[in-house]
Amino acid sequence: MTENTLLSVEDVVVDLPTPRGNLRAVDRVNLTVGAGQTLGVVGESGCGKTMLSRAILQLLPKKAKLSGRVMFDGQDLLQLAPEKLRKLRGRSLAVVFQDPMTSLNPVLTIGTQLIETLQEHLELDDATARKRSVELLAAVGIPAPEQRLAQYPHQLSGGMRQRVAIAIALSCEPKLLIADEPTTALDVTIQAQILDLLAREQRRRHMAMILITHDLGVVAGRTDEVAVMYAGRVVERAPTPALFKKMRMPYTEALLAALPRLDAAPHTPLPAISGRPPDPTRPLQGCSFSPRCRYAVARCQVEKPPLTAAGSREHQYACFHPIGIHAEAGA
Amino acid sequence: MATLELEVAEEAVTQPARKGRRLGMLFWAGIVWLVFVCAVAVFATVLPLPSPTDMDMLERRAPFSAEHWLGTDGLGRDELARLIYGARISLVVGVCAPVIGVVIGGALGMLAGYFRGRFESLVVGSMDVLLAFPPLILALAVTAYLGQSIFNLTLILGALSVPAFMRVARAATLTLARREFVIAAQALGATHARILLRELLPNVMLPLLAFFLLGVAVIIVVEGSLSFLGLGVPPPISSWGSMIGEGRESLDMAPRLAFLPAAAMFLTVLSFNLVGDTLRALTDPRQGAL
Repeated sequence: MTENTLLSVEDVVVDLPTPRGNLRAVDRVNLTVGAGQTLGVVGESGCGKTMLSRAILQLLPKKAKLSGRVMFDGQDLLQLAPEKLRKLRGRSLAVVFQDPMTSLNPVLTIGTQLIETLQEHLELDDATARKRSVELLAAVGIPAPEQRLAQYPHQLSGGMRQRVAIAIALSCEPKLLIADEPTTALDVTIQAQILDLLAREQRRRHMAMILITHDLGVVAGRTDEVAVMYAGRVVERAPTPALFKKMRMPYTEALLAALPRLDAAPHTPLPAISGRPPDPTRPLQGCSFSPRCRYAVARCQVEKPPLTAAGSREHQYACFHPIGIHAEAGA
Repeated sequence: MATLELEVAEEAVTQPARKGRRLGMLFWAGIVWLVFVCAVAVFATVLPLPSPTDMDMLERRAPFSAEHWLGTDGLGRDELARLIYGARISLVVGVCAPVIGVVIGGALGMLAGYFRGRFESLVVGSMDVLLAFPPLILALAVTAYLGQSIFNLTLILGALSVPAFMRVARAATLTLARREFVIAAQALGATHARILLRELLPNVMLPLLAFFLLGVAVIIVVEGSLSFLGLGVPPPISSWGSMIGEGRESLDMAPRLAFLPAAAMFLTVLSFNLVGDTLRALTDPRQGAL
């Protein structure tokens, strides 16, 4: 697993100064993504998923402070000269954003946006770039790609726009694609299509992918490894099958329980996670999930559990009372 | 009740037909007037007009006649010729000054809105200083110092319009620079220059263009005021403002000498506003997204 690591995030911390004090958006996160692998990052809103993806891309807000190491393809992105970093973005590292309504420029045609990205990185002439754009649009499943080039984003549906955004992201054959909640703004019927498209293109191009989502159902069948984030920290990390077979962290369990079920009786209340995430400007002394955790004991409120591995080395979690083991001890 | 329902139904039927002529009569009236004024101003030298500066002391304030269609002014100069030559000045100053404003102000505003930080404070601060001066007094002082010429007048009015354009451009850039497509462009490895020119400029252009046409209207009025006060274009060149100023002296004998140039200015300014408003509404592709 280590010999072909494409991206490794080491001890990354992102601090955002706010009027109410320092906000630690990402707190000592360690992650690795192998070439061609898919990592799912799951967590509720405001848990630092997006800030983590921006930290990888070095596209944090100007005031944000970033420390740690982000090794991509043998280079530390934090040390890289701005010009080199700029060339890397788009060429080797690409992103698909959450909302295709805002991630495409409203006053430029789709053709302009695609062709310019291609020419920026690949130095193609107009005719070749145009041909490539049509091929890309066809590859992401857009009917009549020739005509679409002259259209504006508002003339397409949300799903179509997201396909265009994916086409732009894939245009320069990146090694790593970061999909930041790519289906959150879309209809449920379109979600599966977009996720399948991403998976298909990923396999075809042998590209690594980080799939950021708040939906455990999205990562279930489509990722190799899952990292669950809560309040800026990775609280559980495991290969996908292992995680769904035996989740250790109460937060992961609660997150899964909060998914609506088709087989539930009508009017069954959703088992939502009570309370709210902690105020990130006032970090808790103990485990940040302890106020909402039904297994929490006194120790959880004073001591922060470290990310430890138990059982298999690949399954890590940050909890004093991991679920399986808790139950065994209680029995 | 029955009548009300009938009316609603009727309106629903007529709506699609109305869509084709969405521009409206006022827009076309404005266009026609502007084209007419521009054409007359451009071809003033080839039109069969008497010289606008030749005086005929025997025919002072002559009424309308075949020889002088709109009569003559207080010094016996042909009123129509003076109006047409005056249109040249008003249009040249009225268009060139906002061009200076939109180029400098637009560039400063976009840079300030995009890069923020100290540069923004500097730009906004210096523009506030410029805005704090009463504009007409400043224009008067500078014309008095630099001398009266069309070039100086354009330059001053252009400089005075920079802060307004800067504010429009900066406000638009501030909101746009936070939009996701700018981050998306950065994530695709776009340079700052590319983001500013290719991603932001086409978006900022729309409000700037609408404001530009409004600026033309305002500058024509300001140029008129300066000329009225005798600090616009140097005599004997005519401009609408100076003609109103000269006509003031004979308001009791021949009020048309003040009202004709005033009417020309009013119609032109109104046309620029009408056309500007309609064009902004039309060229905004985001409207389709709503």
